Amino acid sequence: MSKQAALSRGGNPRGVARQYLTFRIDDEEYGVDILRVQEIRGFGDVTPMPDAPGHVLGVINLRGVIVPVVDLRVRLGIAAVEPGPTTVVIVVQVPHEGADVTVGLVVDAVSDVRDVSGEAFRKAPSIGSRGGDRCVEGLAEDGERLVILLDVQRVVAWSVLGLEPGML
Amino acid sequence: MAIDIKQLLPVFFEESFEALENMERDLLALEPGAPDDEAINAIFRAAHSIKGSSGTFGFAVVSEYTHVLETLLDLIRDGKRGISAADVDALLESVDVLREMLQAVQDDQPVDAARTGASMKRLEGLLAADPGTAARPTAPTAAVADAPAGPSNDPAIEGWRIVFKPHPHLLRTGNEPLRLIRELADLGPCEVVCDIAELPALDSLDAEEVFLSWVLHLRAPVERALIDDVFAWVEDDCDFAIVALVSESAAEPSPGELSPPPEATPVAAVPSAPAVSAEPAEAAPRERRAASTDAGSIRVAIDKIDDLINKVGELVITQSMLGQFRDGFDASQLTRLQDGLAQLERNTRELQESVMQIRMLPISFSFNRFPRLVRDLCQKLGKQVELKMTGEHTELDKTVLEKIGDPLVHLVRNALDHGLELPEVRAAAGKPEAGLLHLDARHQGGNIVIEVRDDGAGLNRDRILKRAIERGLVGESDLLTDDQVNHLIFAPGFSTAESVSDVSGRGVGMDVVRRNIEEVGGSVEVRSRQGHGSTITIRLPLTLAILDGQLVRVGREVYVVPIVSILESLQVRSSSVSAVAGRTELYKLRDDYVPIVRLDALFGVRGDSQRLEEGLLVMVEGDGAKAGLFVDELLSQQQVVIKSLETNFRRVPGLSGATILGDGTVAMILDVAALVRRARPQGAPSAEPMAA
Repeated sequence: MSKQAALSRGGNPRGVARQYLTFRIDDEEYGVDILRVQEIRGFGDVTPMPDAPGHVLGVINLRGVIVPVVDLRVRLGIAAVEPGPTTVVIVVQVPHEGADVTVGLVVDAVSDVRDVSGEAFRKAPSIGSRGGDRCVEGLAEDGERLVILLDVQRVVAWSVLGLEPGML
Repeated sequence: MAIDIKQLLPVFFEESFEALENMERDLLALEPGAPDDEAINAIFRAAHSIKGSSGTFGFAVVSEYTHVLETLLDLIRDGKRGISAADVDALLESVDVLREMLQAVQDDQPVDAARTGASMKRLEGLLAADPGTAARPTAPTAAVADAPAGPSNDPAIEGWRIVFKPHPHLLRTGNEPLRLIRELADLGPCEVVCDIAELPALDSLDAEEVFLSWVLHLRAPVERALIDDVFAWVEDDCDFAIVALVSESAAEPSPGELSPPPEATPVAAVPSAPAVSAEPAEAAPRERRAASTDAGSIRVAIDKIDDLINKVGELVITQSMLGQFRDGFDASQLTRLQDGLAQLERNTRELQESVMQIRMLPISFSFNRFPRLVRDLCQKLGKQVELKMTGEHTELDKTVLEKIGDPLVHLVRNALDHGLELPEVRAAAGKPEAGLLHLDARHQGGNIVIEVRDDGAGLNRDRILKRAIERGLVGESDLLTDDQVNHLIFAPGFSTAESVSDVSGRGVGMDVVRRNIEEVGGSVEVRSRQGHGSTITIRLPLTLAILDGQLVRVGREVYVVPIVSILESLQVRSSSVSAVAGRTELYKLRDDYVPIVRLDALFGVRGDSQRLEEGLLVMVEGDGAKAGLFVDELLSQQQVVIKSLETNFRRVPGLSGATILGDGTVAMILDVAALVRRARPQGAPSAEPMAA
């Protein structure tokens, strides 16, 4: 939390610092808007769904609500691994057609909550138009490293609602 | 004190639609020629309250239109004109027009002026046809100058002097003097003098009471009854007197005098007025609410709520009893603990039942629309049909009720269009000229059964077969039983109507009906005898929230099969299994061949064994056909709470939802109809015309 919020001169679309929950997949660091995160749960039993795409591991019972769980590795085209002790489900909530859709994203481990100021925000280079690339909202510099910031709404739409992220 | 009037809008719409619903029902019950006073009064009241409240909310179009309607109704009410079948038609049309208007206003859409205008003309035409009222101003905004002919009974009268002194509590009854005065002003030029003599000093003023009184001079020769109408709702809450102003009027009573001169009759002398106020509470019982609205709210009888509160009270008692064990527990208290748990179980079950009760609504909500529908269709088709409805008080879940509405309409239309014959045809067949259409609802086990029965021509076997062969649904050489033929009408894209009428026969017919019904876990079947009519039976679960399920295990996964669809479960004899074209496996069950559905392969899970003999077959029926589900083991039977998969995910073929088991894990609920459809050998119709 070293860098304090500074108003940007472009870059971050909202122009102000935002907080991101960051997590790891392999050695890469990713971030999602923390306002979209409802909770973080340990990875437990998932009931598989028939006919579901490969990245949908199944559904879990979240206090009486059935919530689909997406393996973010598979969704982003990274080889699946067996869940380890740090594997967690980040439960996110996004608005969709007037209602809130709740989805769990499985990641290798959560790391931190970071402020990303306007200065640190970098627009994502246009590296492609595939689903995964379109879900990248931007990049944030963190010393030597880059954090890949994901647009949760697009990730959810693309992963469970069957929409192309470009259609949003 | 200021209330945002917008907040009251939903109530206004709800009440107005309800009033229209009541109007429609009463109109349909009217006997032309011999109107029942009570019914006319009820219709008038409904129109009047729509007019009043739409005026309050500033929907001038609605109140102007209703005013014309009300004028006509008023004449009928006062016995000044009879009511003919044409009047009833016009009034029913006006109900439709009003409904559309209110719908448009509610949706913030422009009102269809052409239609409104046409209907208004029609009503005005009826009014004009009546000599006594020809030039009566027809809209509240119309100035009295439009009516120079002076329609009043006494030509000498050129206006009225009205002394209006509200009782202090008038505001508490929801009436607003200003509105009454405005309404009077709508009748013609009006001079108003306000008497503030009784107004107290500011510090002792109670803002909720009325201290003012008014003297009004209405300079228009309107009929006395119109003025009485304005006061119809407040006559018990005020003193008022109405005196006619005669041309060379010197006979004006002294100001402030409340008692009218002997020749002026007080308002109560209007014959029907007492009836108007006699039973307003009864006017709109709970059950008569709008049948077709998909409103997000339901009205619940207070006794259901009280019952719920009682149950919760008991639960709290049980909880505190069990809470005592927190402080220490030894073996001597074991029986008490067991008692407590048993009580908790009973409380929970009862509470669950009570909560379910809240969602239950009588099926009359859905049946209500049929008298009108049948009447209109009969006119259009030139048929005579007697509609009989029984069991309208049978209750079912609101969600089921909503889903069943359209299919029922479709079935009724079908029965009228295709089933029941024209009067001549019926007479020729030796049947009474008026056909009978019977809607019946009743509980049977955990289901509700709805029957649509007609005594018409019945299904035409030859025509159905011909069409089915044309459509390639069956082969020409297939031998089908009558039942199998009848069920062909549920096949997609099947319609035998020779010509597409606007009543039915668009080809999206019975298959949609069947699909809608199956979506809510129901089933539909048809019985028919040529020349004697047909009966369509719909079976529906009482609720969509809870289901009696059989838990089955496939490998590590647990699935729920709705018990209603299970016929039997059996161990497989391998000698009875044969494979068709190397793909679909069929099991010979007595005289039937039933396709086997391997759930493990279908759902991509690993079962205990691939060998059929080592598992069990659960025979299920859905969509008019059977299938055997291959599972590893039967677990317990239990009631499961249905959770939607669509909320956060999407519809999954083969599953109708999910549930949460006692240990907190999620189990999928199988959509038996979809599984059976999937298992069906390619190209075979739903009725499975397999060699018997």
